[in-house]
Amino acid sequence: MNATGIGAAVRRKEDFRFITGKGQYTDDITRPGETHAHFLRSPHARAKITKIDAKAAKAMPGVLAVLIGADLAEDKIGGLICGWMIHSKDGSPMKAAPHPAIANGTVNYVGDPVAVVVAETLDAAEDAAEKIVVDYEVLPAAVDPAKAQAKDAPQIHEVAPHNTIYQWHLGEAKGTAEAIKNARHVTKLHIVNNRLVPNAMEPRAAIGEYDAGNESFTLWNTTQNPHVARLVISAFIGMAPEHKLRVIAPDVGGGFGSKIFIYPEEVVCLWAAKKVGRPVKWVADRSEAFIADAHGRDHVTSAEMAFDADGKITALRVKTIANIGAYMSTFSSSVPTYLYGTLLSGQYDIPHIYCEVDAVYTNTVPVDAYRGAGRPEATFVVERLVEVGARELGIDPAELRRKNFIRKFPHQTPVIMNYDAGDYDASLKRALELADHKGFAKRKRESERHGKLRGFGFSTYIEACGIAPSQAVGSLGAGVGLWESAEVRVNPTGSVEVLTGSHSHGQGHETTFAQLVCERLGVPIGNISIVHGDTDKVQFGMGTYGSRSGAVGMSAIVKALDKVEAKAKKVASHLLEAAESDIVFKDGKFTVAGTDKSAAWGDVSLHAYIAHKFTGAQLEPGLKEGAFYDPTNFTFPAGCHLCEVEIDPETGIVAIAGWTAVDDFGIVINPMIVEGQVHGGIAQGVGQALMENTSYSGEGQLVTGSFMDYTMPRADNLPSFTVGTTVTRCPGNPLGIKGCGEAGAIAAPAAVMNAITDAIGSEDIAMPATPAVVWAAIAKHNKGHKAA
Amino acid sequence: MPAVKMIVNGKPVSADVDPRTLLVQFLRENLRLTGTHVGCDTSQCGACVVHVNGKAVKSCTILALTADGADVRTIESLATGEKLHPMQEAFRENHGLQCGFCTPGMIMTAVDIVRRKGNELDEKTIREELEGNLCRCTGYHNIVKAIAAGAKAMAT
Repeated sequence: MNATGIGAAVRRKEDFRFITGKGQYTDDITRPGETHAHFLRSPHARAKITKIDAKAAKAMPGVLAVLIGADLAEDKIGGLICGWMIHSKDGSPMKAAPHPAIANGTVNYVGDPVAVVVAETLDAAEDAAEKIVVDYEVLPAAVDPAKAQAKDAPQIHEVAPHNTIYQWHLGEAKGTAEAIKNARHVTKLHIVNNRLVPNAMEPRAAIGEYDAGNESFTLWNTTQNPHVARLVISAFIGMAPEHKLRVIAPDVGGGFGSKIFIYPEEVVCLWAAKKVGRPVKWVADRSEAFIADAHGRDHVTSAEMAFDADGKITALRVKTIANIGAYMSTFSSSVPTYLYGTLLSGQYDIPHIYCEVDAVYTNTVPVDAYRGAGRPEATFVVERLVEVGARELGIDPAELRRKNFIRKFPHQTPVIMNYDAGDYDASLKRALELADHKGFAKRKRESERHGKLRGFGFSTYIEACGIAPSQAVGSLGAGVGLWESAEVRVNPTGSVEVLTGSHSHGQGHETTFAQLVCERLGVPIGNISIVHGDTDKVQFGMGTYGSRSGAVGMSAIVKALDKVEAKAKKVASHLLEAAESDIVFKDGKFTVAGTDKSAAWGDVSLHAYIAHKFTGAQLEPGLKEGAFYDPTNFTFPAGCHLCEVEIDPETGIVAIAGWTAVDDFGIVINPMIVEGQVHGGIAQGVGQALMENTSYSGEGQLVTGSFMDYTMPRADNLPSFTVGTTVTRCPGNPLGIKGCGEAGAIAAPAAVMNAITDAIGSEDIAMPATPAVVWAAIAKHNKGHKAA
Repeated sequence: MPAVKMIVNGKPVSADVDPRTLLVQFLRENLRLTGTHVGCDTSQCGACVVHVNGKAVKSCTILALTADGADVRTIESLATGEKLHPMQEAFRENHGLQCGFCTPGMIMTAVDIVRRKGNELDEKTIREELEGNLCRCTGYHNIVKAIAAGAKAMAT
């Protein structure tokens, strides 16, 4: 193996700047003449704005402008959009309400922007915002998604009667109903998938700048997909023609989905920059991020799984209400539909599946994709049902899973997906070994001796990554294609620059992508640069989310490398005076087959540019090739996560006693980075299961609006993880990669809750299983037992 | 505006500041030392940890004026030229960072843990001592490993 090629745990090239404090995040950038924006936000969940008096604010020292929704409308700045069309089961299109970047007439959630102040300093902007007088006529709010469709619920948007955006379904209702009717046993669960706040450590930020001489804009932005931002801000919001808008995503401090979307603030910064004639910077406070960043999850589900006498799953029926919040965020519609219903088959051969999803508006922050996006929700439904089913049927949970595993590939599920490859027995077997499952009974007895409860939970998950074949997603309603692009530029000195449409915000692309180039061209890793995150440099790109950068982004680089190699061989054939078909390229060296004639990589790249050995008629000079790669299928990472918990019944405190993850991500480029992705995903999943909860009051006030109230997982809440892999190659892309970014967050919540319910002997408990919740569940269970 | 003077990374600095200026604002905005980050507004996340008179302090929690006359060290001062501090090296070697945003605060905290707890740190101690630092990327697994390794390396 090449020491810095595919499969090597190469230390990250990007780390030097981060560990020395030399990273360049958006807030670290200062533009000449920069001004500062502060947003005044609605304190009410739903209200009419009857009057805004900004006179006193405008007179405050250092204030350059106070702008409101009416100004935005007057300048004909378009509203924000949702880019994925979902049709209801009756064929009607989803009911998307207008979403102005600054509220105009009504506010619909606590945090809805009402005005923006632009001033010389941030302090001046904040001080002035306090002088803006807004008269609100407060209206009743619809907050609880389960009650949003009720007849007497407040009606949020005119276009969506009963606050219903769509009533979508997937699968086959009749066959599923019959199978459930004829089942030997049906396991039923009511599930609340708790609402989460993504909380990337870097708060969102934007700097808008207008160049009046060239009539062009530049936006520095904490985005996971700068080209998509440019496209939407140009084509839909109408800020500027696409070629007159440059979007730069510098170092971005984590995303987890929350930085995919096009938000009001970046639109306003660009617009305001032109109005005041100076750059405008906005950086979210953490507490502001809680009411300004799209939230995740928030499903209410009832689900039934049917089994025959042998424990074979015969059907699954799911009915979900998905909370979309006050407006439809950029990809919000796709999350509870095609990223959710399509994964309900799990790792199992289930003949009948039917899924219904009602998406509802509520007077809460918009909800969109958060790490896993739909797939954690699907996995939680399936893996809780299987575990509870096993307990009800008296079958070992591992055995019940084995009875139902898919073993023949490709496998067509009843819910669109066609699984291409996998070995679910292998990951389960390996995980049980690593977790010493055999020793669990002994450890449980030991815990009991100390007055503790011990539980073991499984989660054998699957997900769909490598998002996604453009034609397929287009037929499902996507407004964009989901290919990726790459350009490989070889310089005359032989160094290489790769321009990629993927974007790294912690994933380590500068290292893994360079490993691929090193493997293919034999160029030392130090001579390779990965360029991303600037629409003026990179050709185009769809960005990073959905664990797509390896499977899709690197596949585009492979295609471009193929072309570079082909061209380099032509150059080498002229240089070595041999037939092109006789040129062999290996380990960075060109040789003429059967001879000792050879040319080094540097010789060939130099000759590609000096062009002395061939005429223009024979060959174009230069060595630079581009490619677009459109995937042929989703990829299907899968694996087994096992969680062991110890619970103190006196306090309800859950300690994670052990965590074992065995994942099949296909071919792994850098195992160190892949393991890191798994660790982080597990932590977010454990956070959801044990501590994170977004709580709204009945009036729509966000109760958990800061790190003081919203519990983030900390180092002492988590154990060290045991992580292993099994490999089945993905047949759908040239490198055999499946993707690893979301797996942990998808698998973890079900593993935790299956372990807790195993320990306490009751299924009647919801996430997050905080000490108070666990204590109450144990008390309720004990009371029930006494009564019986 | 009152004047403030301090030693930052070994160099004397002074400025007239608005009295409400936080130390982190002074470092980032006046001195352009942007390695120190702001990840929250409630002193919860620790992205802003620097050393004041040798002790770890969340620089979002004290006013610049409170640090008048102090000796302040930021992440920018840890490496000596190209030579990394052993704790920085340990973070890179153990993949103790992903997006890098919490990293400066983590490393400054880690160095302070070693100062207080010594060079042989067990996992439990490290996890408890990291109570004041949030990371959303790594699940802390590799940060804990990095700090244990960095602590050892600092002894040599």
